[in-house]
Amino acid sequence: MAILITENSRVLVQGLTGRIGRFHAQEMIDYGTTVVGGVTPGRGGTRLLGLPVFDTVKEAVARTAADVSIVFVPPPFAADAIMEAADAGIGYCVCITDGIPTLDMMRVKRYMRRYRAESRMVLTGPNCAGTISPGMAMAGIMPGHIYTPGRVGIIGRSGTLGYEAAAQLGALGIGVSTSVGIGGDPINGSSFRDHLMRFEEDPDTDAVIMIGEIGGPQEADAATYVRQRMTKPVVAYVAGLSAPPGRRMGHAGAIVSAVGESAQEKVELLQRAGITTVPDPASMGETVAAVLRKRGAPAVPA
Amino acid sequence: MDIHEYQAKEILARYGVPVPRGGLAYSPEQASYRSTEIGGSAWVVKAQVHSGGRGEAGGVSLCRSDTEVLRAADGLFGKRLVTRQAPGGKLVYRVYVEEASDITRELYLGIVLDRASETILLIATSDGGVEIEELAARAPEAIVRSVVEPAVGVTDFQAREIAFGIGLEPSQISEACRVIRRAYQAFVDLDATMLEINPLVVTGEGGLVAVDAKVSFDDNALFRHPEVAELRDRSQEDAREAHAEDRGLAYVGLDGDIGCMINGAGLAMATMDMIKLAGGEPANFLDIGGGASPERVLKAFRAVLHDENVRAMLVNIFAGINRCDWVAEGIVAAYRNLSVSIPVVVRLAGTHVDEGRRILADSGLPIRSADSLAEAAHLAVDAARGAGVPT
Repeated sequence: MAILITENSRVLVQGLTGRIGRFHAQEMIDYGTTVVGGVTPGRGGTRLLGLPVFDTVKEAVARTAADVSIVFVPPPFAADAIMEAADAGIGYCVCITDGIPTLDMMRVKRYMRRYRAESRMVLTGPNCAGTISPGMAMAGIMPGHIYTPGRVGIIGRSGTLGYEAAAQLGALGIGVSTSVGIGGDPINGSSFRDHLMRFEEDPDTDAVIMIGEIGGPQEADAATYVRQRMTKPVVAYVAGLSAPPGRRMGHAGAIVSAVGESAQEKVELLQRAGITTVPDPASMGETVAAVLRKRGAPAVPA
Repeated sequence: MDIHEYQAKEILARYGVPVPRGGLAYSPEQASYRSTEIGGSAWVVKAQVHSGGRGEAGGVSLCRSDTEVLRAADGLFGKRLVTRQAPGGKLVYRVYVEEASDITRELYLGIVLDRASETILLIATSDGGVEIEELAARAPEAIVRSVVEPAVGVTDFQAREIAFGIGLEPSQISEACRVIRRAYQAFVDLDATMLEINPLVVTGEGGLVAVDAKVSFDDNALFRHPEVAELRDRSQEDAREAHAEDRGLAYVGLDGDIGCMINGAGLAMATMDMIKLAGGEPANFLDIGGGASPERVLKAFRAVLHDENVRAMLVNIFAGINRCDWVAEGIVAAYRNLSVSIPVVVRLAGTHVDEGRRILADSGLPIRSADSLAEAAHLAVDAARGAGVPT
């Protein structure tokens, strides 16, 4: 089944008429994703890549029955675009945009509380590579061909490091059920915990690899969940072992500014929760393979 | 982005938070003139550098005459102030002179973005003048915290709870509430990520004054605050980083000798980790971002080679929205345009990888190619060890 997106997802592109939105819309279509239209205020009624363009998300949803949206809107307007998607009844939104002010994201998160938890839109990102369910659909900017369909879930804060993980798994013949990018910003739409819960319930996922990094409380929160609730094996890697404290490492959220936020501390916390940690970033694939073998899961072909 | 104390105080004063009278000086003579201008009989001369711990580093002096002000300022200008937070030292070329405050109590007031609750957190303690991180570790119960609902802002009761919580007298409560609410307003209006008044002083007359202040801003929000962006002081930043940032690159200078050029922050950190685990030390973090043109790759090369400590270079690209062929063209251009005398290890994967590898192979350049992250790191570490040894 995979999580978040499947071959039945109907994807809307917010910011379709921009250079980046247009390029990735084509890539998603080429991958086999059902892209149903785009939204650019003021460009409603036109067509691009053979797709209808709408002025508002509500109108687009009414006309195309879109249930997933992907946001390529520039940083000053991206928070508004996310809230518009939430209000239009979109079920799952991926925000790719990098550079959204943190206070804007804080407002987005508070705004979304107006919807009941069970009908509230799921948001991943911002500042992420998106989500792919290999062989089914992708709402993202990743190179789709590196992902093999399979039964391991990936959750990561970093885009390219997620590609690295998928490639290492693929080289060992291990496929991916869904790969979710949660993004590198200080405030994310959703967390490791949120998606660990989804993978735990997904009958087509046998194990999960989570790829964290320095900064923020998310990995610790995930560790608590895994210790208390998770029955499927979880493998984790935390990037930034060599990152000095107080320095921002590229991602707005990758900065050690409090106790417990360094890679070493996170690794220890994850290990205490029974999570298998990856000793070095070149061993992500092997570590997952070892965990699957131990569990006797048939994910690695002989 | 960080700013100087005097700039933080200007902002607070604009929002109605009381600060001591003071003036900025660019020379000892000007500093002395400022003290006369301010009046009174005692002044504090403070080095303006982007770092805490200035007092213990000798960057703050209490002076009782304009001659003392002149002498204190003269001892600071042009000096690199070495603090606990800035072991490399920060250049002093501005000093701030202000009236000495009549201090009866020192309090702490901080406003921070809290990633766990995804809200803004007010933090206060009656134990002012100390570093809050230190206090949090030593005596967490001494810290009063209050989560602000962003849609409502600081409520009166929250401000009162904090004011009473840090032991203020009933007569001082309304003044304290005003300070808290105004500081919070400055924080949200200007997209700060941290605002600290430390110490917030209770004067002999019972009033409150912000005697030291620190504000950091969200880089992602500077586009809507040009007046804040103007406060940037490049002399306080790592020269290598400022150089790279001007070229649109995310760069962090480190102390090792293996220069790194990678796409994506997470992969960049992982590559640095791999270098370290292979026995080497990375010289920098560098993310060339997505959709990097050959020109941007050339600029990135220049930024890495700008660091004289670099003895080998590792390029690790997992192209999604990047293109390996563009990166390869950039590498070839770097060899043509710059004098690349150190060994370079390149690992390419992802979009257009075959074209990229072919461009590198056809160039005839002495590039060491790697197929995996592990191989690339080990090759780079070996190269750095061997570099400089005549062959």
